[in-house]
Amino acid sequence: MNLTLRIWRQKGANTPGEFVTYPVHNVSPDMSFLEMLDVLNEELIVRGEEPVSFEHDCREGICGSCGFLIDGMTHGPRRGTTVCQLHMRSFQDGDELTLEPWRASAFPVLKDLIVDRSAFDRIIQSGGFISAPTGSAPEANAILVPKESSDTAFDAAACIACGACVAACPNASAMLFTSAKLTHLNVLPQGQPERDERTVNMVAAMDREGFGSCTNHAECEAACPKLIPLEFIARMNRYVYRALLRPHRHPLAERIAPGAPSRAR
Amino acid sequence: MTQQFISDRAVGLKAPAPAGKSRGVWPGNPVVALWRTTIGKKAVMAVTGVILVGFVIAHMAGNLKIFLGEKAFNEYALFLRTVGEPLVPYSVLLWIARVVLLASALLHIWAAVELTRINWAARPRSYAVKRSLATTAAALTMRYSGVLLAVFIVYHLLHLTLGAVGFSSGAFSHESVYHNVVTGLSGWFVSIFYILAMGGLCLHLDHGIWSMLQTLDLNTNRISRRLRLLSRVVAFLVFLGFIAVPIAVLAGWLGPKE
Amino acid sequence: MLDTMISTQASPQTLDARIPPGPIEQKWDRARFDMKLVSRANRRKYRVIVVGTGLAGAAAAATLGEQGYQVDGFSFHDSPRRAHSIAAQGGINAAKNYRNDGDSIYRLFYDTIKGGDFRAREANAYRLAQLSVEIIDQCVAQGVPFAREYGGLLDTRSFGGVQVERTFYARGQTGQQLLLGAYQALERQISAGSVKMHTRSEMLDLVVIDGKARGIIVRNLVTGAITPHAADVVVLATGGYANVYYLSTNAKASNVTAIWRAHRRGALFGNPCFTQIHPTCIPVTGEHQSKLTLMSESLRNDGRVWVPVKKGDTRPPGAISDAERDYYLERRYPSFGNLVPRDVASRAAKEVCDAGRGVGPGGYGVYLDFRDAINRMGRDAVQEKYGNLFEIYERITGENAYDVPMRIYPAVHYTMGGLWVDYQLMSTIPGLFVGGEANFSDQGANRLGASALMQGLADGYFILPATVPNYLASSRFDPVNTAHPAFREVEDEVRRRTEALLATKGKRTVDSFHRELGRLMWDECGMARSESGLRKALARIPELREEFRTDVRVPGDDGGLNQSLEKAGRVADFLELAELMCTDALHRSESCGGHFRVESQTPDGEAMRNDEEFSYAAAWEWTGPDNAPVLHKEPLTFDYVHPTQRSYK
Repeated sequence: MNLTLRIWRQKGANTPGEFVTYPVHNVSPDMSFLEMLDVLNEELIVRGEEPVSFEHDCREGICGSCGFLIDGMTHGPRRGTTVCQLHMRSFQDGDELTLEPWRASAFPVLKDLIVDRSAFDRIIQSGGFISAPTGSAPEANAILVPKESSDTAFDAAACIACGACVAACPNASAMLFTSAKLTHLNVLPQGQPERDERTVNMVAAMDREGFGSCTNHAECEAACPKLIPLEFIARMNRYVYRALLRPHRHPLAERIAPGAPSRAR
Repeated sequence: MTQQFISDRAVGLKAPAPAGKSRGVWPGNPVVALWRTTIGKKAVMAVTGVILVGFVIAHMAGNLKIFLGEKAFNEYALFLRTVGEPLVPYSVLLWIARVVLLASALLHIWAAVELTRINWAARPRSYAVKRSLATTAAALTMRYSGVLLAVFIVYHLLHLTLGAVGFSSGAFSHESVYHNVVTGLSGWFVSIFYILAMGGLCLHLDHGIWSMLQTLDLNTNRISRRLRLLSRVVAFLVFLGFIAVPIAVLAGWLGPKE
Repeated sequence: MLDTMISTQASPQTLDARIPPGPIEQKWDRARFDMKLVSRANRRKYRVIVVGTGLAGAAAAATLGEQGYQVDGFSFHDSPRRAHSIAAQGGINAAKNYRNDGDSIYRLFYDTIKGGDFRAREANAYRLAQLSVEIIDQCVAQGVPFAREYGGLLDTRSFGGVQVERTFYARGQTGQQLLLGAYQALERQISAGSVKMHTRSEMLDLVVIDGKARGIIVRNLVTGAITPHAADVVVLATGGYANVYYLSTNAKASNVTAIWRAHRRGALFGNPCFTQIHPTCIPVTGEHQSKLTLMSESLRNDGRVWVPVKKGDTRPPGAISDAERDYYLERRYPSFGNLVPRDVASRAAKEVCDAGRGVGPGGYGVYLDFRDAINRMGRDAVQEKYGNLFEIYERITGENAYDVPMRIYPAVHYTMGGLWVDYQLMSTIPGLFVGGEANFSDQGANRLGASALMQGLADGYFILPATVPNYLASSRFDPVNTAHPAFREVEDEVRRRTEALLATKGKRTVDSFHRELGRLMWDECGMARSESGLRKALARIPELREEFRTDVRVPGDDGGLNQSLEKAGRVADFLELAELMCTDALHRSESCGGHFRVESQTPDGEAMRNDEEFSYAAAWEWTGPDNAPVLHKEPLTFDYVHPTQRSYK
């Protein structure tokens, strides 16, 4: 089949970009979307043009590198699928598709369809871990974890940090991402000791990075290739209320990283 | 021993916000701390939302007393002032309610404005093509329905509470609320504005009630659909309850005099 | 003890792996006691570079940072969490014996040596089995959501090639969850300031000063800046090189550059031809295919592998009755059946397809059928166990594996070869340590399923954090910084290489060369290798390299993000590595594990080892671009597990 692609081209972070239209011929329905772009890029290189830059690595939907909007939908039209696992059989001959990078002030475009998602790493740095120094661990079965907690933790930990939730959210909010990590760690017995500090630190880091807030559109849930539910944002809200409003013998403010969320930007 | 002078650092594109030193220190007061976070502001939206939704439902239910006739309706209006007597003096509870409601409305608006500014800053450049997969028209128009409601509330207070607009001089009665409603709503323009505003309220509640339940962590994946349905049903019932009055007035079912 | 083990002149040497004396159960303890320590206060004075942030790299960087060393971590990804360890599906082995089914450290050790077809170092394999127990404890403490039973205890399952249930798993995404655990530990150290992370930074060369590894040269993939980084120790944990085959289950960016550059600077390359072919991957659909997707081996626990008895039978699978089906693994290996080790299962699939009994387009596929499992356990139970794998399959092929059997075919998956390291995981360049898949590993000639994750984490959490400090404490360091002329020299060399790639401006794309190289390697140095085929490849590879040098087209410039340039550098190194792999495969005229030489097989077609001649690890020395590599040998002795012909019948 033949397609027309309208692709966002931008040379660098500080240069303006524009849409450029490319025809692609002889697309096989068995190709993945990225393989179709590979074919386009091979043609562009032979013609002496710059190939389209897009991020990708594992091509099996787990590394979280890939992602852009196809016709206004993150990772394209198939639910629960990253763009590397999207196959061309999801499209029709003659389709005209617009390819656009994630847009959020916390995710600046680096080139073409590649954005900088390091804000996610900084949210994890602020508290997205359980402090378990190597070698200090108790015997694994000494910690009993109810299956329900363990399953919930896994559902949350399935997040691949691709950024589709931010991209799809009308407010460019990172709450699905942050809530997934908080749920993963806060629901487990191992995560309890640091629960309140983790919660406020991660939420503050999320706010500092310049993501928007949640207005419960649920676009993130629909966009998530790992089907992480909106329910986790509700949980995160509870974690925050509990952390801040629960009486602490020593004020929580003394135990958490000093970087408070900023009131306005 | 090694001595190292490594000058180069990772070339980050965006200066990382180091967790250690950043704007401000966490406030000791938990409520202030909560307000500083976007989640805290959402919580303010939700809690004030609960108060306002409760008021709206009670107000709607009270309005329906008009169908019991002028006497019953005016007695109900008087009851709102005398309730609690003699423990609390005349109309004090009403005033407390008014202050709470006004504060709720103002906080609701304040939080909304702050969040809107944050949200707009979070996506300075919009998409050339963007398709919505899950959201609703009601959710996408919350800001507009909210503004419409704010305008309506101001008008409504000036109109039927104070009698400052919409009444020719002397036409507003401080004794008969029934009279004021029937007279005030007998004009086409006013009635249609009331009905439109209630349409806005319906949309606002359709997303607002569900949203409030989600923000207050009453949502789970399993009951999400049912909560959304509940929200829609309540919004629609409130809408029907409210517009019943202007429609009845326009239809002449509620005459100026019995 | 820390002297360079081989002299610079290229004459064959016998390598000393520095294996501690004593009974095998006590070797690691004894080694740890003999190691020198660095006092807490002095640790800040040492700088450690860790390249790669997969299981081995992230775990090592986090642990060394936690111990108090100044660690610089490097990853070419945008985040440490993207490393390819994330794609491992099945699970991680540990000799916990929670099932009370006869497992023990010794049995895991025994299985590893036997599975590796007696080409692994006994002491390493034993240590790996010992540490497996602590790994699970560590991961659980970090919050890795392993599968659990209703009582809250950890669940385990059995996994390719073993008869005990010792594999811990997190649905089909064990690698992801283990990596996230290590990544989170690493991010914790980054925020504590003990690890400085350099993302989107690719190591392009190693700097060796006075015989010691003292730093690396790195290209920032966003700005194009080429910068030197100095340290007292360099740890490479950069993964495997299966992408030399172009089509493999590895992530697209996985490459050999870091270890190849270290090899060119003097590190010996161990057993380069030992590659693992994974039996259960989704077959190729066409020329456009950019990578292969693995379906977890755990599927073989319940799926049955078969092909039609008749040649060229193109009927739909449902129309073929049981009598007309050949469940060839169950037939040939009655005791292990569908669970034979990966190399055996892969070769069997190749044999039936070569005999014309393959299924699907092109005839290169066999069925993996869940019909009987669904009848026995019910569809829901199958879905609970394998749901996400069935989804992956459906997404890629458009077929529903609950109704029609899956089609699978072997694909290159893992490389047991890598830089040669001693018991302390140090390469032949003092100060250059290698962990995870990047070293020639504890897996011998074939790796057991669910052992790669175990090895990466054992190296990262436990072994390197013990052996790197030992090296630091027992060596003297001259002050070196990036102003040293050696840095300038190597940096200029890197720059010249980059410029040369851009200046060629030929006609062929990098991918077209890579594809051609991959096809050649798959045909001649893949599942079955012959002397004539390998000689053919050895003649063709230098030609291809020359064509690449004169005819490659790399668009753009080096002043910013240029993915074609990144690829070009990696493929240039694959073109050199391929020759070494074929050289190694040619010299090892026996069959062992994943290395099957058609000249060396038993009458019924099984791999036949030659222990008299080849009971050694081959470690190759680079002697220059136009010179033949020199072979050094590390003799392998088996004091505990006596070599036998592997039999899974």
